[in-house]
Amino acid sequence: MTPSGYFLEHLWLIPLFPLVTAALMLFLGRRLPNAAVSILCVGSVGLSFLFALGAVTQLVSADPEYRVAQHILFEWLTPGQMQLSTGHLIRFTADWGYLLDPLSSVMVLVVTGVGFLIHIYSIGYMGHEGGYYRFFGYMNLFMFSMLTLVLANNMLLMFVGWEGVGLCSYLLIGFYFLRKSASDAGKKAFIVNRIGDAGFILGILLTAVTFGTIRFTSVGLTNVAADSGIRQALEAAFGSHALAAGAPVFTTIALLLFVGACGKSAQIPLYVWLPDAMEGPTPVSALIHAATMVTAGVYMVVRMNAIYQLSPFAMDVVAVVGVVTAIFAASMALVQNDIKKVLAYSTISQLGYMFLALGAGAFAAGIFHLMTHAFFKALLFLGAGSVIHAMSGEQDIQKMGGLGDKIQVTARTFFVAALAIAGIPPLAGFFSKDEILARAFDKNPALWIVGFVTAGMTAFYMFRLVFLTISGYSRADEHAQKHIHESPYTMTIPLIILAVLSVIGGWSGSGRFEKFLEPVMSTIGVPAAPAKVVEAWSATEILLMLGSIAVAIAGIWFAYEFYRTKRFAPELVARKMGGFYRVLFHKYYVDEIYDALFVNRTKDLGTLLGQFDAKVIDGVGVDGTGWLARFGSTLSMWWDKWIIDGLLNFGAKMTQLLSFPIRFLQTGTFSSYALLILVGLAILLAYCQQHLHVVLRGAR
Amino acid sequence: MLPIGHYLFLGLALFIIGVIGVVTRRNVIVILMSIELILNAVNINLVAFSRLYGDVAGQVFALFIIADAAAEAAVGLGIIIAFFRNRETVLEDEMDLLKW
Repeated sequence: MTPSGYFLEHLWLIPLFPLVTAALMLFLGRRLPNAAVSILCVGSVGLSFLFALGAVTQLVSADPEYRVAQHILFEWLTPGQMQLSTGHLIRFTADWGYLLDPLSSVMVLVVTGVGFLIHIYSIGYMGHEGGYYRFFGYMNLFMFSMLTLVLANNMLLMFVGWEGVGLCSYLLIGFYFLRKSASDAGKKAFIVNRIGDAGFILGILLTAVTFGTIRFTSVGLTNVAADSGIRQALEAAFGSHALAAGAPVFTTIALLLFVGACGKSAQIPLYVWLPDAMEGPTPVSALIHAATMVTAGVYMVVRMNAIYQLSPFAMDVVAVVGVVTAIFAASMALVQNDIKKVLAYSTISQLGYMFLALGAGAFAAGIFHLMTHAFFKALLFLGAGSVIHAMSGEQDIQKMGGLGDKIQVTARTFFVAALAIAGIPPLAGFFSKDEILARAFDKNPALWIVGFVTAGMTAFYMFRLVFLTISGYSRADEHAQKHIHESPYTMTIPLIILAVLSVIGGWSGSGRFEKFLEPVMSTIGVPAAPAKVVEAWSATEILLMLGSIAVAIAGIWFAYEFYRTKRFAPELVARKMGGFYRVLFHKYYVDEIYDALFVNRTKDLGTLLGQFDAKVIDGVGVDGTGWLARFGSTLSMWWDKWIIDGLLNFGAKMTQLLSFPIRFLQTGTFSSYALLILVGLAILLAYCQQHLHVVLRGAR
Repeated sequence: MLPIGHYLFLGLALFIIGVIGVVTRRNVIVILMSIELILNAVNINLVAFSRLYGDVAGQVFALFIIADAAAEAAVGLGIIIAFFRNRETVLEDEMDLLKW
């Protein structure tokens, strides 16, 4: 039975609601009162969530193999004939269409659900800020872009959403654009993402010329014959032995797409923008830089899993980059003092986990972790926002402490989230992380070891945060201490809901989650799964699970001894391992290295080109032309002055000379003229009297 | 009927008064009035000779000249007013722009 129903046929409404309110805000928002802005913007996201919920409900009412709903609104780009790499000519189109399958169901629910909660939270958090309408306008524009990204039925439309979320990220990081650090951070995020996007678009083009289509799948379309999807094109190519697993083209496409994913999902070497992105308002960090946008890369790789599975090399690259990012970022999180920076490095580290899962072939586990991470990391960020709110804007954890009694809801939910990310059962993070580590162990024990150490570090830095902020005594100054207060309900209710989700979010279990996502996973060219994966609870898995619980507890214990009982003094350790500590504290000097290698070299190139412009273009070209024109006009002026004017003056001088005595008769007073006329007339008449009397007589 | 000489002397006297006025007076309005005298001297001559020869054409000419004198006075006064607005004078020896 194919799924159908009102919500599935109106999929396009889900991204449309936030788009409409975003347009309203950006064009008319200035004139609206804050209450209207809140109702419109939060309401539109709420509506999207309801429609998404309805659509997913109708989708899962169908049998698993039919759970695809595809709805094409219109043909968007029709460049016409295109030549494939095989030399065939085909008709290429990209449509504006929406696709709902189990994978996008998970994403759309996470995006609208968590997004809705964060929008509610923002009402309280941004209530006192200027540019309230602008904030919500950008947030709704982001929701539209993100929903376009996850619901797109082809790569190009996905890219539209991909760029849209990048734009909104830029706008929201630079929300306090009067602060130079904020506008710089926005630019950095945008430029670093551009590098990734270049890879992504090359991947799209290569896909297009290889398969002749960029639509993900043709399942769910009524007119199947005309519209092949990538999945179907792959199947056909395999059937005709035109392509085999491991072909270089798969590796190239996969790696190009992965460059895009690295940019958006902050993986080595393009992760540097994410810590700086914390300059934005905290709800933005929660929504864009923790729960949704940064996971777009993970989503994209899973969406293209058919191609990744055919390139073992690309899978290895993904896994290694993921695991190295995970431990690298976690090590930097150990020593940061800014509460949001710790969470930012934690996000990078957790995204690394997701890529580790994808690289290990556990696509479902990656998406599972994406979902649970969205819950607890959004909660951590919102909790941090609530802490910052209570501390009158202080972000340095060295100046916090003792907040547990004063802001109980925030402290408790923050504690729950920390347990969840540390991987303590039965909270959400445990299930997803454990599954990733188990699958990494299957791929290569070395990957597992790194991931395992990272898990310990995660627990340590999270609880360092917990012990330094919510327990102990307060290290804030008196003024800030007096001001500490719990946040309004609009902020605490989302915290509580997210805390509940962080607890129960993983209870479905990774097995059932994997089953749910199975229709999305490609089986083309993939050997049948070995029996041991099907058989749950093997001895190794139980051991691995106990190991990850143990390492989490060990991390928490270390943090407890360091920052609560002070049995180990962190200052002493920092001094003893001075060099290493400094390197960590300065984030491995990566920003400095990038500055030296790329940023300053680009600036040098700019200076060089600027000098070329000044010396050659301006100097020779413009100034030379100017000199020539001036020289020519000097010549022309000389000619004009001495020859043309000279002739004229000569004529005038001659006239003056010749008219010398006569011109004094011209007095200008007409009575003298009248007298002259009279005298002349008298003379004339006298002459006539004397000489012409014959004529006069004749007249008689 | 008076002989023709009387009329001609009257015309001559008017003409000479007019010419003297035109040549000697400084006020442009007076000069304009003197021109009217000259024109009327001509009219008297025309009417006198018309009577003498019994030809009505001379009297028609006199009527034409009266109409012409009226038009000429209107235009002349208009020019004087326009000039006065610019230079605040009606004295002809101050109207000396038309020289070398």
